Amino acid sequence: MKTFKMGGVHPEENKISNDAVIEVMPVGTQMVVLMNQHLGAPATPIVQKGDKVKVGQLIGEAQTFMCANVHSPVSGTVVKVEPVKDAFGLMKLAVHIAVEGDEWMETIDRTPDIKRECTLEPAAVVAKLKEMGIVGLGGATFPAHIKYSVPEGKKAEYLIVNAAECEPYLTSDYRVMMEHAEEICIGISILRKALGVPNAYIGIESNKPQAIRKMQETARQFEGIIVEPLKVKYPQGAEKQLINAVTGRKVPSGKLPIDVGCVVSNVGTCFSVYEAIQKNKPLIENILTVTGKKLPSQHNYLVRIGTTFSEIVKHSIGELPATTSKVISGGTMMGKAIVNLDAPTVKGNASVLVMDEGEARRAPETACIRCGKCMNACPMGLEPYLFSALVNAGRTEEAQQNNILDCIECGCCFFSCPANKPLTDEIRLGKGRVRAMMAAKK
Amino acid sequence: MNLLNVSGSPHVHSDESTKKIMWRVNLALMPALLVAIAYFGLNALLVSLIAVVSCVLFQWLIEKYILKVPTTIGDGSAIITGLLLAFNVPSTVDMMWIVVIGALVAIGIGKMAFGGLGKNPFNPALVGRVFLLISFPVQMTTWPVVDGIFPMNFDVATGATPLGAFKEGSLGEGVTLMDAFLGHIGGSLGEVSALAILLGACYLLWKKIITWHIPVAFIGTALVFSAILWLVNPEQYMDPMMTICTGGIMLGACFMATDMVTSPMAKSGQLIFGVGCGLLTIIIRNWGAYPEGVSFAILLMNSVTPLINRWCKPARFAA
Amino acid sequence: MTQQILIAVMVLGVIGAFFAVVLYFVAQKFKVVEDPLIDEVNEVLPGANCGGCGKAGCRAFAEACVAQGNMEGLRCAPGGEAVAAKIAELLGCAVEQGDPQVAVVRCNPSYCGDKRRSNYDGLTSCAFAATVYVGESGCAFGCLGCGDCVAACQFDAIHMNPATSTPEVDEDKCTACGACVKACPRRIIELRNKGRNNRRVFVCCINKEKGAAARKTCDNACIGCSKCEKVCPVSAITIADNLSYIDHTKCIACRKCVTECPTKAIHDVNFPTPAKKAEPKPAAAAPAAPAPQPQAEAVELKA
Repeated sequence: MKTFKMGGVHPEENKISNDAVIEVMPVGTQMVVLMNQHLGAPATPIVQKGDKVKVGQLIGEAQTFMCANVHSPVSGTVVKVEPVKDAFGLMKLAVHIAVEGDEWMETIDRTPDIKRECTLEPAAVVAKLKEMGIVGLGGATFPAHIKYSVPEGKKAEYLIVNAAECEPYLTSDYRVMMEHAEEICIGISILRKALGVPNAYIGIESNKPQAIRKMQETARQFEGIIVEPLKVKYPQGAEKQLINAVTGRKVPSGKLPIDVGCVVSNVGTCFSVYEAIQKNKPLIENILTVTGKKLPSQHNYLVRIGTTFSEIVKHSIGELPATTSKVISGGTMMGKAIVNLDAPTVKGNASVLVMDEGEARRAPETACIRCGKCMNACPMGLEPYLFSALVNAGRTEEAQQNNILDCIECGCCFFSCPANKPLTDEIRLGKGRVRAMMAAKK
Repeated sequence: MNLLNVSGSPHVHSDESTKKIMWRVNLALMPALLVAIAYFGLNALLVSLIAVVSCVLFQWLIEKYILKVPTTIGDGSAIITGLLLAFNVPSTVDMMWIVVIGALVAIGIGKMAFGGLGKNPFNPALVGRVFLLISFPVQMTTWPVVDGIFPMNFDVATGATPLGAFKEGSLGEGVTLMDAFLGHIGGSLGEVSALAILLGACYLLWKKIITWHIPVAFIGTALVFSAILWLVNPEQYMDPMMTICTGGIMLGACFMATDMVTSPMAKSGQLIFGVGCGLLTIIIRNWGAYPEGVSFAILLMNSVTPLINRWCKPARFAA
Repeated sequence: MTQQILIAVMVLGVIGAFFAVVLYFVAQKFKVVEDPLIDEVNEVLPGANCGGCGKAGCRAFAEACVAQGNMEGLRCAPGGEAVAAKIAELLGCAVEQGDPQVAVVRCNPSYCGDKRRSNYDGLTSCAFAATVYVGESGCAFGCLGCGDCVAACQFDAIHMNPATSTPEVDEDKCTACGACVKACPRRIIELRNKGRNNRRVFVCCINKEKGAAARKTCDNACIGCSKCEKVCPVSAITIADNLSYIDHTKCIACRKCVTECPTKAIHDVNFPTPAKKAEPKPAAAAPAAPAPQPQAEAVELKA
């Protein structure tokens, strides 16, 4: 079975919400939609206080290159356009909408029928992805229309669909595959044709045998979709590692996947591509896992983007257990800890992961014993211990020379460090300093 | 509800810890200790106990009263130093007090002077051992004779080690390879039984505390190098199998050269380190003043470890 | 025998002469012309290499001084006027005049220590914590409490108060080098004029949220109500982005704004307590507002 060549760890999988069928989360009374839900500049709000909006109506427009459209997830009246605290407590511009009814844009096809034919030209597909505000749902929220506009002089040879879901706890990709396999395959076909590549590969880790079977059965009805079972190893779902696992190619330092002829998309993104292209439905809903070892029940929800975390918690489990000590959006390896539960969800959110006291606290740091475990675990072949020393000594230039910017922040180094050194934190700090230094030099 | 904790990702940690590693190494040293007690009697146990207790005590005193930092004796690293120091000395009555000095040097100079665990460039136990070897040459080379299993007489009957005898010109008569493998030979407390040491090493390999690179490179190089010499002149040089089973090669290769703190981190660096140790050991044994050279070989290679770390980088994913 | 000695002497003599010639030319070729003045200026400087002047270190500062020939725009804060006078003497130019300054921490978080709103469990670095979340106080502008400023200070002049997890400046030690100002990712610390008798008034908050939101964030936040602006007799106070700022070059330290501020966001330091009635002006202001006085006492230890 294929996997990436270098490093990696195997954290406890904890896919305890695997069997929870996707439920639909009801819409609340007020919705807050952030304008910055993607990698890049925030969208510019194009509605004002008092405006009436429908579900799927454009409310934030992408006006710069690295940006994505934002649509209203509900129908109602715009209450205000004002900054609000996001999940990390930082102020972000948002459109606040008071919900009235559930009136959708007429253009959106809400019938349950599956529409298989697509005759759009590649350029039209990309334009539509942009219009519908599709972004990568694997975590980085990279605007899809940029990814699928292959730059002049470069050629895509592989479309790789990331269904590895190597992060512990997360099951949203798994559920989408189990429940929407055909739509996903249609989405993949559309993207495959848009890129003009012969084959698309779906990389699924072998700890999801049912999903592998389901996708294999469905893919048989489509041309050029190959399911690639992968050995369970974190960070299989990291772009560069997945490309390496599936094709054996390596993305060079500082380059993009397209430089080695690859385009990688998350499986959830493929589903939203299907909905956008075939059903004219913008990205206004997300599949979100509500999970945690101490929770009374496990859930997977279809949530309107902009629902607050506290509403999700209230609807799914009532209230957080008294022993809750950390709430994470995303998986345990690369997810982000939330401080403000009253913040709205955004496009990239894949989960509400509730961790208990014992799980969440970091053990005290002890002395580095130069065991080299961090180095062996690093999937990029870097030396985390060295970065730690260089960053703490303020030797930014040397950190750069040792390729600190190659780090993908997967967290394998901290995970495997017996001395509990916050290596990943230190490297992030160092990367920030290196970038600042490079910007200053320019 | 409690306050929510915040930190950067990742939010989970493997169950590895420094403490766990150290205690597992201690566990891996137990077979060798048991064999030592079996061959050398209670003396071996006493020397080991004194070494361990004094190492732990010195570390505690230095941390508490000199460095004034939180004490870390619970992590078990001082116990490893104590055990290894004891394993590297003869189990005679004289050693009871000498080993205390060795412990002070090992912990005080070998480890704490550099800032404690993780910062020492040399293996502390070997620093202590070499200090003793140079300061107390007579006591350090007076080996108790192995006299069957569980000896009950504590008279100082002394004899030579196979290596010492060989250096003197007698070919270590009557010592078979099997004796050397099981440990039925003279020598330092913990180094006699290759079998017991290999058992411990297997445990460490299984628990992924060490990798095969250093022991295999070390023992392999010693084997090949001594085999070449032996083939050239079997009269003058020792049998290669005998070479690796006697003296401290096994103990050194499995437990002291693999010390995480003082050995290189990259696999390629570990191979270079192991080969260097092997070469130096055989060179010192055959052409040096001492019959045994493992301690010096490892200490010399320890000194170039930072250089090896600089040169042997892991293969980058995206070069 | 004599011959051998002779040969040895000759050979060594020739080799010596040869290398002497080589060395001479090499020395000529790679001669570095350096103004001896640089060394002299360098001698005068404090030698802390704090970087407060914006140069890479004291030596670089000395080079800049000598290259420029005067001290315009060059200021060694730790050295102060004494050093400036000495350098000016060496360079033969006029002394650049500047009021003595001190670092001022402009955050007084109400939600820190026991009242904090979350618990930070990551790397002890403000620069990193700022990328992860808002801070334990819940204020997106407030102090993160990891002590980057403390680590940056070369003069041991800034320390964390464990009770408030906010830094406090030791006025006697602070040289106004500005290292902490640069280290703070939130730009909370500002260099302000020390003021007459070290008496200063400043807004101890940089929260730019709207009034209601700011108040929700912190009990002592500036809510931009502009009461202070109205009461200021010398128009030293301006309000921008819901935040009041006192221009330290204009402020006459009358402390009218201090009593006016509804959230006690404006702090005064080193003023005598009202009981002493040392000066007529503050004494007149004091009875009107007995409340801010304990506050003032508390921050006297600070800043």
